Amino acid sequence: MSPSQSQQPVPAPADGLGSAPEDGAGPPVTPPWADRPAKPTLAYRITSSPLVLSAAALIAALVVGGLLIVLTDPLVTSKMYYFIARPSDTFVAAWKSVSEAYLALFEGSVYNPAGETASQRLYPLTETLTIATPLIFAGLAVAVSFRSGLFNIGAQGQIIAGAIVAGYIGIAWELPAALHLLLVVVGAALGGAVWGGIVGVLKAKTGAHEVILCIMLNYVALNLLLYLLTTPAFQRPGSANPISPQVSDTALFPRLLGDSFRLHWGFVLAVVAVAAISWLVNRSTVGFRLRAVGANPRAAATSGINVTAGYIVVMLLSGGFAGLAGAAQVSGTERVLTGDIAGSFGFDAITVALLGRSTPWGTFWAGLLFGAFRAGGVAMQTTTGTNINIVLVVQSLIVLFIAAPPLVRAIFRLPDPAKARRRKKPRRPAASAPSTSGASR
Amino acid sequence: MSTQTLEPSRSAGAAPAPVVRNWKKAVIFSVLGLVALVLCGVNAADTTVVLRLSNPGDVVELGDLSLPASTTGWVLSVLMLAIAVLAIGLTAQGRGVSGWLSAVFWIAFILAMLVWAVGHATGNSLSLPGLLGGSLALSIPLIFGSMSGLLCERSGVVNIAIEGQLLFGAFAAALVGTLAGSAWIGLLAAVLGGALVALILAAFSIRYLVNQVIVGVVVNVLVSGLTGFLYSTVLQRDTSLLNAPPRLPSFAIPVLSEIPVIGRVLFDQSVLVYLMYAVVAVLWFALGRTRWGLRTRAVGEHPQAADTLGVKVNRLRFLNVLLGGAVAGMGGAFFTLVSVSSFTNDMTAGQGYIALAALIFGRWRPLGALCAALLFGFATNLQSVLSLLGTTVPSQFLTMLPYLVTIAAVTGLVGRSRGPAASGQPYVKE
Repeated sequence: MSPSQSQQPVPAPADGLGSAPEDGAGPPVTPPWADRPAKPTLAYRITSSPLVLSAAALIAALVVGGLLIVLTDPLVTSKMYYFIARPSDTFVAAWKSVSEAYLALFEGSVYNPAGETASQRLYPLTETLTIATPLIFAGLAVAVSFRSGLFNIGAQGQIIAGAIVAGYIGIAWELPAALHLLLVVVGAALGGAVWGGIVGVLKAKTGAHEVILCIMLNYVALNLLLYLLTTPAFQRPGSANPISPQVSDTALFPRLLGDSFRLHWGFVLAVVAVAAISWLVNRSTVGFRLRAVGANPRAAATSGINVTAGYIVVMLLSGGFAGLAGAAQVSGTERVLTGDIAGSFGFDAITVALLGRSTPWGTFWAGLLFGAFRAGGVAMQTTTGTNINIVLVVQSLIVLFIAAPPLVRAIFRLPDPAKARRRKKPRRPAASAPSTSGASR
Repeated sequence: MSTQTLEPSRSAGAAPAPVVRNWKKAVIFSVLGLVALVLCGVNAADTTVVLRLSNPGDVVELGDLSLPASTTGWVLSVLMLAIAVLAIGLTAQGRGVSGWLSAVFWIAFILAMLVWAVGHATGNSLSLPGLLGGSLALSIPLIFGSMSGLLCERSGVVNIAIEGQLLFGAFAAALVGTLAGSAWIGLLAAVLGGALVALILAAFSIRYLVNQVIVGVVVNVLVSGLTGFLYSTVLQRDTSLLNAPPRLPSFAIPVLSEIPVIGRVLFDQSVLVYLMYAVVAVLWFALGRTRWGLRTRAVGEHPQAADTLGVKVNRLRFLNVLLGGAVAGMGGAFFTLVSVSSFTNDMTAGQGYIALAALIFGRWRPLGALCAALLFGFATNLQSVLSLLGTTVPSQFLTMLPYLVTIAAVTGLVGRSRGPAASGQPYVKE
């Protein structure tokens, strides 16, 4: 979806230009760009921008989430029984219910005014960044694959593969501090890359669909992890649970802001990764090829790009970044390897990449937003008792709305940039049709 | 799994086409035969495996079947190797390996592995009807789910949302079934609930042309979040009033249920199981032999051609996706109206994805998907039965089996499984 979506602005001017040669054959007509608005108004430019669309999707999703909270709140529903008599009671209770929940969500993810010291007040923000770290890595992985036309929905399995390697190196090996961490990071990237590479190779060699391979490999990875956590190499001595011993101190990401916060240097690495991917995709030859394969594999093949090799490269790259998310979890946030190490980051990463429209920095901000939802959701559940699953609902609604711009435009009555141009078009052929058709005969 | 060699064409006057020999099957048979020889023959446990063929109280009571693990292993693996040699001979002659031969091979293989695994377990006695009955129970949602996938994919819409349809079906059946106090109304609600989830899939993928895989994945998250939220905020407030649905009745079909071993397993079951037989049979017939089926397949393979001939492509797709959702909803009802009697968070636990795997492994055909789902159910049940018996095989590897088999199927290692050509591509009329 998203690859085609990011292309959406391109076809519109392209078919405006496409008519140029035909026109050139006939008598001189108005140039193809003449029908464009001389200068779009500021209001038009703002309301038709994709950023506004994303914001509109966010608002719509929050409204639906709010409705769910209201309708399931017994306090509100009890007031609905006398809605006709005193409607204000219902609205007051509904507003209280929703605003408290969303305020708790905000206070749990950004700024907690109840904290006594500055660090306590900003603690939620650092939690958001901590949770966002694996989301950004995995989101980048998915975004890279989307840009090249592949659906890597196997980030979950690749995170697990990365986490297994990171856990093994971090627990079993004994090395000096910096080197140990470096090997953990490289090993996790390699682990994820291998897991993703399996998909790439199988797709390139046999033509099997990557979505199915990814789903199956997710489960294989999970079961492999659960099996390994029962073996002596991984299982914590004296424990029957699927949990490993602590990762050695030498293999840990240092805490970024001291030991009272969980935020670690993995976040900085994630920012570096975003910048690197941004350069790779937009500025390098490899990135150009990948985008070409994603935009139109046949055209890419015709112009000499090896498409099947491209699939393998993309999946290796994508898997590698997902593997880094595993490293961030094992050596940064959790500091142990557990059966639940990947949580649902691999699936959330899909929604993160979609919300970020598959661009690296878009993915970064989307990762922060979903990290905030996650961190705030936990706080919300403890303070107002609103179930954390509402976060899943809001997240998935955001993505559904983002994915269907016509729906959001219809809800908010936003102008459609493609349609504005299309509406103008019929007028011109109608006026110039006799002359051109006459000339061609 | 029938990779057939091409028959020489008999077109008049033309030179006979070159014979294409496909060695894949012969090679796989030989390798598996040797593996079985080493595992089940050489490495067999020195015990006797007892297979109980009937439960006390059956109409026809059969005695127990005692199989010495070692001898059985040797006999079966030699049989398998004989079939492998036969397959090599047939392939060398340019003839295909028949389906019956493969079936015998696979049955021998499964039996040999079963005897080997039970032989190495601490308990050596296994009830065959129990094993099969448990397998069937585990495969019911898989079968409904894969039929849902079949309806969607054969008409060109990828259905990753089977998981969500099952889950919402289970939720709707539990809630409405309890409120109405009737399992039948619960079943109806499950059907409507599944169709509602399918409506989201259809609206976004057909109307708004959003990528079908993405809609599917996101819908699964949405349903998981929504049911999880409603479960903890509404259902748990008063469990007996909101989350205690009555069960669907079950009855025995008079004569058929008296067949030894499989009679009770297949024909003394819940109504939902009989409904499953009906759904599979109807789909098998309708897809291959009715106008609707022909059009569905045409729309899934080549929508342009179908449109040219006057089929309303998107309308048919919409209809089929909704039907698929309804079928998956029935599978969801199995969770809350038959197997467990209340809804819990994420109770489908990835079954929708295994159903998708079954559909692919069954080559997008009703009977194939049925067999694949039964096989996956068997593998899952075998895993739990063996872990009860205390086997040495790690349960995680048995759990992995369906997924590995599916990967082998889509990559063409065990027969090429190729989906409908237009599956996943939205159709825009030009």
